[in-house]
Amino acid sequence: MEKFLQTLIDALAVGSLYALIALGYTMVYGILKFINFAHSDVFVLGAWISFLVAVAAGWGDHVSAGDPGRTWILWVLWAATAAAAVSAAAEFGAWKRRHPGDPFVLNRTRFAGVLVLVAVWGWAAFGLAKMAGLVKVWGDNGLFSGLLILLCAMTTCGLVGFVLERLAYKPLRKAPRLNVLITAIGVSLLLQNLGQLQEMFGTRPQRMPTLLPTDQPLATIANVKIMPVDVIGAATAIALMFLLDFLVHRTKFGRSMRAVSYNPTTASLMGIPVDRVISVTFVIGAALAAAAGFLYGQKYPGLNQAAAAVWVLLGLKAFVAAVVGGIGNIRGAMLGGILIGLLEFFGAAYVSAAMRDVYVFSLLILVLLVRPSGILGRPMLEKV
Amino acid sequence: MSTLRARAIELKPGLLPATVRSVWPLVAGIGIALTLQFFAKPVIGDFYAKVLLDIGTSIILAVSLTMVNGFTGQFSIGHAAFMMVGGYVSGGIVYYGSLLLFGDVDMAGGLVSSMIEGRDVPLVTRGDALFAVSLVAGGLAAALCGYVVGLPSLRLKGDYLAIVTLGFGEIVRVLIQSQTGDVLYTVEEMKERPFVGIAQMFTTPSDEWVTPIVLSLGGALGFSGLPFYSSLFWVFLGVGITLLVAYRLKESATGRAFLSIREDEIASEAMGVNTTQFKVRAFVIAAFFAGVAGGLFAHSIGVQLNPGELGFLKSFDIIIMVVLGGLGSISGAAIAAAIVTILPELLRNPAPLLKVWPVFAGLAALLLIATVFAAATGRRTRPLIAWLCIVLALLGLGFGARAAAAAGHNLGDYRMILFALALILMMILRPQGLFGVREIWDRSLWRGIAESLRAPAKKGGTSR
Repeated sequence: MEKFLQTLIDALAVGSLYALIALGYTMVYGILKFINFAHSDVFVLGAWISFLVAVAAGWGDHVSAGDPGRTWILWVLWAATAAAAVSAAAEFGAWKRRHPGDPFVLNRTRFAGVLVLVAVWGWAAFGLAKMAGLVKVWGDNGLFSGLLILLCAMTTCGLVGFVLERLAYKPLRKAPRLNVLITAIGVSLLLQNLGQLQEMFGTRPQRMPTLLPTDQPLATIANVKIMPVDVIGAATAIALMFLLDFLVHRTKFGRSMRAVSYNPTTASLMGIPVDRVISVTFVIGAALAAAAGFLYGQKYPGLNQAAAAVWVLLGLKAFVAAVVGGIGNIRGAMLGGILIGLLEFFGAAYVSAAMRDVYVFSLLILVLLVRPSGILGRPMLEKV
Repeated sequence: MSTLRARAIELKPGLLPATVRSVWPLVAGIGIALTLQFFAKPVIGDFYAKVLLDIGTSIILAVSLTMVNGFTGQFSIGHAAFMMVGGYVSGGIVYYGSLLLFGDVDMAGGLVSSMIEGRDVPLVTRGDALFAVSLVAGGLAAALCGYVVGLPSLRLKGDYLAIVTLGFGEIVRVLIQSQTGDVLYTVEEMKERPFVGIAQMFTTPSDEWVTPIVLSLGGALGFSGLPFYSSLFWVFLGVGITLLVAYRLKESATGRAFLSIREDEIASEAMGVNTTQFKVRAFVIAAFFAGVAGGLFAHSIGVQLNPGELGFLKSFDIIIMVVLGGLGSISGAAIAAAIVTILPELLRNPAPLLKVWPVFAGLAALLLIATVFAAATGRRTRPLIAWLCIVLALLGLGFGARAAAAAGHNLGDYRMILFALALILMMILRPQGLFGVREIWDRSLWRGIAESLRAPAKKGGTSR
């Protein structure tokens, strides 16, 4: 019973992270029909950026807290934030110029944009205060600093996702899918090796500062300690998934996303800005992966170097989750992630721990043979 | 007026010319391989001999993957798994076979399978024969796996098949990585072990099971102690055979069926091609050569057979070679394999690059003048500009290497970054690869390039 419960908790905690990563794979596949192999590297980037921010700000229980050598990353991030804010203001000004006399109506999309801006600005202001040595006590609150790191990692990786899409994938919109796949592999190699540079993250494994207490369980059921990191991690992941589900199925932007994934040409004829939708899809996927990276680092603080095979394998498992759930289907990716987590952890606990990856890939092949479109996916018709 | 049958008999070549025609490339291949082994190696030195060895293995891998990805159009991203199967089977046969037959694994090979100069051994020994047998056995084992992987192509197409090959590769890797049998060192140790573990499942209680010999392959630590039999002779013999088979396959009825599947699966099925059977066949043939390459890789000097290194990143390496060369081009895959293998070495040690950089500078200047001239006379300049960019990039690399060396950095640290950038740029600028579907000796390839350079800039469209 004890073992069962512990396995269940771990499986759900890690499975929800798989689901978060799988969402990025599935959204990109749904729209552009290619496997974004660089996605797992964005996930790694998220983990490492949150590590850098936490260390630079001196949060958590890191041994060399407040490492001064790393504070430059904060400056870079604030510069990026300021640039984003300035460009947003410029955009607003341009909108005003185009629509003279129109009152600025705060619809749902704009409201969400304002929320993001406020959060980012809040983060920047907080960071400046932190830099000036004004704030100490906030950082000691794991929840608060965790939220800030999460935001920071998500925005940075979102930006990276945007840049990658514009520079590497957009020129290939009309190219055969194989070429895009190769480009994705190239981007993945690029990110891995950039991350390994001494100027970036280096080749040494690091320990992620844990922000949440590791010795005080939230509750104890049948001798199984339920840790805050599991609960909060899974809750964050699930909250983000609900947010995404809301965005995709309930908002105007989500409708245009679904339209593009259904048929890009027709969508563009209906006045949907296809390129912008694709960009935003990449940004969202990258941000979700970054969140998963941060949460994974909190659960397993041993942070491998950026090019370690472990990361790639994690990304692959998330991809398997996307396929099992039905690639291109957002709710399928969530289901698949949880399913993969359960399979992996129960297989490891009850059958053989060394073979944990074999279960996942065997399930993949089984699903593909029996139901290639995945659990929730629609079978695709072949057109001549 | 002769009948068709009579004309066929008339046109049929005699026995001797036919035999000569089919055998001479093989003889030539053996000759080239022997020349490389005994005359080229002392000239180019140990380091470049090793690079040449790696190039040969890469060429076999790339050309074999061309048969699946290039000819048949089935996207396989688990090619390293075949290599791993071949490597482990071949390594196991050589290692444990040498222990049993010779009592020792330490360098039982003759001069043909040695990368070390001046050893006092005969030209060919029993060890070489064992090695050759093991290569074929490794290839056959890999081909069997290729059959298993090819079967899902019955139901799956495109990306889904690619994912299955990826999953298969990962399963093979994890299975080898997670087995725990240490490599055995002596014949006495071997005698205590069963060959296959199935019998002991029925005869002994489970807590007395010992790891059978076929599973004593080192697990995650890698298969250590393999003798270094892979020499320029064996590798380039393999390259020759692979190229020959690939070329003849492409020209044969089977190859044309492959190509038709690549171009349009439904149409080729309508024309009576049994698409499933041919797809499986492509997988089997490709897997065989990948297995041979795996055997050669396993016995290469400076290599320890390790499942961690043959994961899907290795598969990606092979795919990159094939795509850079142009999907469907044998010579393209071979040349790209050579480039991809040699480029990181050059960047690691850019001294040769630095020596030739004035040549690049001259080329760049010439091209610049040509571009200006072409632009002034209204010719199409885009391809020229692309070439100029490539040359300038190489030039920049040369200067970068000098600057980096002056600043105390090694360009080798950045080689994978440059490599990844080159890959992305290649996909954007010339997505069909270096040669497209054509071979380097196809005149249409060069005619197309020449025409694209000559054609006036009328429409201002994209260059092909």
